[in-house]
Amino acid sequence: MLRFALLRLSSLVAGIFAASVIVFAVIEVIPGDPARVMLGLNASPETLAALRAELGLGGGPLARYLDWAGGLIRGDLGISYTYRVPVADLVAQRAGVSVPLAILALGLAVAIGLPAGLIAAARRGTAGDLAIMGATQIGIALPNFWFAMLLVSVFAVGAGWFPSGGFPGWDQGIAPNLRALVLPAVALALPQAAILARVLRAALLETLGQDYIRAARAKGLSRAQAILRHGLRNAMIPVLNPSGVQFSFLIAGAIIIENVFYLPGLGRLVFQAITQRDLIVVESVVMLLILAVVAVNFAVDLAYAAIDPRLRR
Amino acid sequence: MAPPTPGRSGAMRIGALLTALCVAAALVSLIWTPHPVEGVDIPARLQPPGGAFALGTDQFGRDILSMLMIGARTSLAVALIAVGIGMAAGVPLGLLAAARRGGLVDGLVMRLNDLVFAFPSLVIAILITAVLGPSATNAILAIGIFNIPVFARVTRGAALSLWTLDYIRAARLAGKGAARISAEHILPNIAPLLIVQGTIQFSLGILAEAGLSYVGLGAQPPVPSWGRMLADAQTLIALAPHVALMPGLAIVLTVLGLNLLGDGLRDRLDPRLGGRA
Repeated sequence: MLRFALLRLSSLVAGIFAASVIVFAVIEVIPGDPARVMLGLNASPETLAALRAELGLGGGPLARYLDWAGGLIRGDLGISYTYRVPVADLVAQRAGVSVPLAILALGLAVAIGLPAGLIAAARRGTAGDLAIMGATQIGIALPNFWFAMLLVSVFAVGAGWFPSGGFPGWDQGIAPNLRALVLPAVALALPQAAILARVLRAALLETLGQDYIRAARAKGLSRAQAILRHGLRNAMIPVLNPSGVQFSFLIAGAIIIENVFYLPGLGRLVFQAITQRDLIVVESVVMLLILAVVAVNFAVDLAYAAIDPRLRR
Repeated sequence: MAPPTPGRSGAMRIGALLTALCVAAALVSLIWTPHPVEGVDIPARLQPPGGAFALGTDQFGRDILSMLMIGARTSLAVALIAVGIGMAAGVPLGLLAAARRGGLVDGLVMRLNDLVFAFPSLVIAILITAVLGPSATNAILAIGIFNIPVFARVTRGAALSLWTLDYIRAARLAGKGAARISAEHILPNIAPLLIVQGTIQFSLGILAEAGLSYVGLGAQPPVPSWGRMLADAQTLIALAPHVALMPGLAIVLTVLGLNLLGDGLRDRLDPRLGGRA
C-alpha cells in the first residue's frame, strides 16, 4: 500500500508540475506582454512600466516561472492588481463560501444518488426502477444553472423559503449562511446524484450476478442484506472512479452556480478578475482549483486501492 | 446477437427524433425563421406563448422560437466542431499509442489523460478568455481541447485489445506496417465505438457551450445562443417565465435526445451491456 501511495504521489507531483507550466504559459508567455493585456490599449507608458516592474517582467520566462511557482509553494500568491491585497487573503476569504458549498453539494449528491441507485438495482425492471432511471436521464440533461434559476423562481421568489442570492458572511451566524447555500447546493448536486445513481445501479447489477452473492443468499441472507453487505462494497469500485472525475465537473459547476446566486466564492472571484483583467488573480485561483481537483483524485485513488487490494499492484 | 429490448429501442427512437428535430430547426433557420430576430419591437415585448408568436417574445419583442432555431445553430456548430477537434487529434494519438505500446506517445497519452481531469473545459475557457477575450471560437477551442484526451483514451483502449487478435497478427506476418494496420484494420473496427463516444461528447459539448455562453465566455451578442438567452432571461423570470423556460427546455430536450440516441447505439453495438446502464 505504501509503495502504491508513493508511486501515485510521484505522478501527482508530475501532474501538478505540468499543469502549472501550462497555466503559466497561457497567462504569462503566450500573450507576449501581460502588463499590456491587463492595462489595455490606452495605458500610458509610465503605468505600463510600473506594472511591468511590479510583476517582475524584467526577467526571462524561466526565472519568472520559478519565482511564481516558488511563491505558490510558500503560500505567496502575489498581490491582486485591482484589490491591492494579497491574493492568498482573497482566496482564503472566498474559499469560506466555495468549500462549504462543494461539501454540501457532494453530501447531497450522495444522499440522493446512493439510495436511488440501490433501489433501482434492487427493484430492477419494476416501475420504480423505470421511474428512477427516467429521472436520472433528465438529471443528466439538465444544465445546472437553468435548474438553479427554476429553483430560485419557485422556492425563493415564489415560496420565499430561501434567499434568491447573496451570502451574509459567517460572522452573521451559521443558520442564515446555510440557508443561502441550500438552493445552490441542490442545483449542483442533482446532476451529480443522477450520474452517481446510474453508475451505482450498473455496478450493483454486475455484482449481483456473481457467485458470492448467490452464496450469501444460500446462507440465508435476504436479498437486501446480500446487496448491502456484499454487493455494495464491490460496486463501490466503479462508483469511486467516476466520482474523482465528477469532482472536477463539480468545481466547474460551482464556478457557474456562484454566478447565478451572486455568491462571493472563488468562482465569482475568477470572473470578476477576468472582467477586470487581473491576471495575477486568474492565474493563482485557476492553479488552486487544479490543485484541489488533483488532490481529490489522489485521495480517490488511495480509497480505491484500500477497497480493492488488486489495484495496489 | 440478442435484439434490444422493446422499451430501449423506443427510447432510442425518441432520442433520434429529438436530435433530428434540433438539427432540422438549425438547418431551416439558415433559410427561414418565423419572424426576423434583428431589431427591436417594443410593443410586442414579453408576449406570452400562443398567437402570432408560438413561443412568445423576449424583452426586446423578438420571437423566441426564431431565436431558439438560430441558437440551435450555435450550439450544434460549437459542439460539432469541438468533437471534430477531439477526434482529429485524439484518434491518431490513441492509434499511435496502441501501436507502440509502452512507447513515448503511449506514456504521453496516458499522462495527458490524467491531466485533463484537472482541466474541465470551463477552466480551459477561463484561461483562454482571460488572455484573448470571450468569443464562440474560444468556446470551441476549450471544449475541443478537453475532448482530445477523451478520444485518445477510448481509441487506445479499443485498439490495444484488437492488436492481440489473430487477424492483426496475420496482417503483421504479411508484412504490413503499424501505420497501415492501424488505418486498414483497427480504425474501421473501432469506428462504431468512436461514433458512440462522439455522441456522448456532442451532448456534453452542448451543455458546456450553454454554460460558457451563460457566464459570458461563449458566443457574444448579437449571435443568439441558448446560454445567453438564459442569462438575459434571469432577471425576467418572475415577470415572464416563458422567456427563461423555453431556452432551458431546448437544451434539456437536445441533450436528452443525444444521450438516448448514444445509449441506444451503444446497446446495439455491445449487446452485453443491454439494459445495464
